[in-house]
Amino acid sequence: MSHSLRGRTAIVGLGLAGVGEAPGFSAMELLGLSVRAALDDAGLKLSDIDAVFAATSSHAFASMSVTEYLGLRPKYFDSTNIGGSSFEMHLLQASLALEAGLCDVALICYGSNQRTAGGRLVSMSEPQWHETPYRPRHPITAYALATARHMHQYGTSREMLADVAVAARQWANLNPDAFARGPLTRADVLGKRMVSDPLTAGDCCLVTDGAAACLLVRAERAKDFPKPPAYFLGAAGANWHRSIQAMPDLTVTAASESGPRAFALAGVSREDVDLLMLYDAFTINTILFLEDLGFCPKGEGGRFVQDGRIAPGGTLAVNTNGGGLSCVHPGMYGMFLIAEGVTQIRGEAGERQLKRADIALLHGNGGTLSSQVTAFLGSEAAL
Amino acid sequence: MDEGAGPQKVYEDYLARGRFMIQRARATGEYVFYPRTLSASGETDLEWVEASGLGTVYAITVNRSRDGSVNIALVDLDEGPRMMATVVGVETVPIGTQVKARVERGESPRVVFDPVEPRP
Repeated sequence: MSHSLRGRTAIVGLGLAGVGEAPGFSAMELLGLSVRAALDDAGLKLSDIDAVFAATSSHAFASMSVTEYLGLRPKYFDSTNIGGSSFEMHLLQASLALEAGLCDVALICYGSNQRTAGGRLVSMSEPQWHETPYRPRHPITAYALATARHMHQYGTSREMLADVAVAARQWANLNPDAFARGPLTRADVLGKRMVSDPLTAGDCCLVTDGAAACLLVRAERAKDFPKPPAYFLGAAGANWHRSIQAMPDLTVTAASESGPRAFALAGVSREDVDLLMLYDAFTINTILFLEDLGFCPKGEGGRFVQDGRIAPGGTLAVNTNGGGLSCVHPGMYGMFLIAEGVTQIRGEAGERQLKRADIALLHGNGGTLSSQVTAFLGSEAAL
Repeated sequence: MDEGAGPQKVYEDYLARGRFMIQRARATGEYVFYPRTLSASGETDLEWVEASGLGTVYAITVNRSRDGSVNIALVDLDEGPRMMATVVGVETVPIGTQVKARVERGESPRVVFDPVEPRP
């Protein structure tokens, strides 16, 4: 396997805006502020951006809307929207475009005001005609079905699911920017309102506002910027279905395919990974992705997360920002996986900073366990 | 029954007449659901056949809202394909429960399932 993209591009700018609640701001206004913050972080000008990668929950033609709002004239642009994992795919596509010389400074960005705009998940996802007669409440119906099947097949318990939420909260308690902070016990999670059996409100991600942006350049200039570069090491996507009824086995996601391909492309082994950022829209996600990415055997994810193994002080650092469950989840969370990976690799994570953060695995999930994209970022020491 | 229309319309027209029909590829024998213009292996020689209506609950959840509780299930049909559906007359049933389909008539006809005694 060739590693043609390994270390060839790097993130040199990162910006966040409106994480949590940003009353009175539109999605695009927050996105614009996050781009400004990323430019300041990198010491770049708006006019330096010549490629735009964007997807949002509220813009049909996201890169066009971003381009106009920022007054850009990009040479390359891409609005690939595969749900929450779009941004991990954008990392791959931006790196390909940079490496091909089609652009020099690529912007990847997202913004949403869904919390203050209505407090409900905003989605442009269209109903599936063969599911509509049963009035599924997506996404939770789909994830609840997958959870029920995992419990049936592998003896996963609601307590194990709750432990995922508790670990996320313990990380969030070390992150001043996390939206949901404060004590949370297993009993608290189990006692929350049942939304879709077996998932309670405590098993579901937050609904927040938030925007994030990052800037990528070719590696040869990555050291010319103020902050340590976070190098792109590789990424791969896999997609087997759209609607949950078409998912072949509800206990096995396409991460089991994207993971091995991404590991091979990035030239990384599991033992090398210091940080796992797993898209935790629901507690079952963390369990499924730990299994499908090979960090524990299939079916063992529930038992694996017990006893604080993925919490601060545990043996595996997972979702150190507090995740979608306790940090931020503005509809599509994929940009925030990148943000935490970059923050840890730079050594800027404060109280939650890992001792060693040279290789970060970012696993994006989109739709109803549908599009899976695994990406790796690394420090200079990882090259 | 105009079987010359697209498969979604044909399926829905059959439902409106109280019949639960699924597709089968003549050459390969593959069953197809939801109805499409080609099978998983790419065959287009699809014929409509009456579904046996027998199936097994693969996964189930109960959506709890202010308007009440409704279960949403994935049912594996005996023919092979899986469909989203609901098991009626009960709040929920265990995964693995055997079920039988019937067409619920009305403004938007749909297939629903009743639990049945386990078959050998």
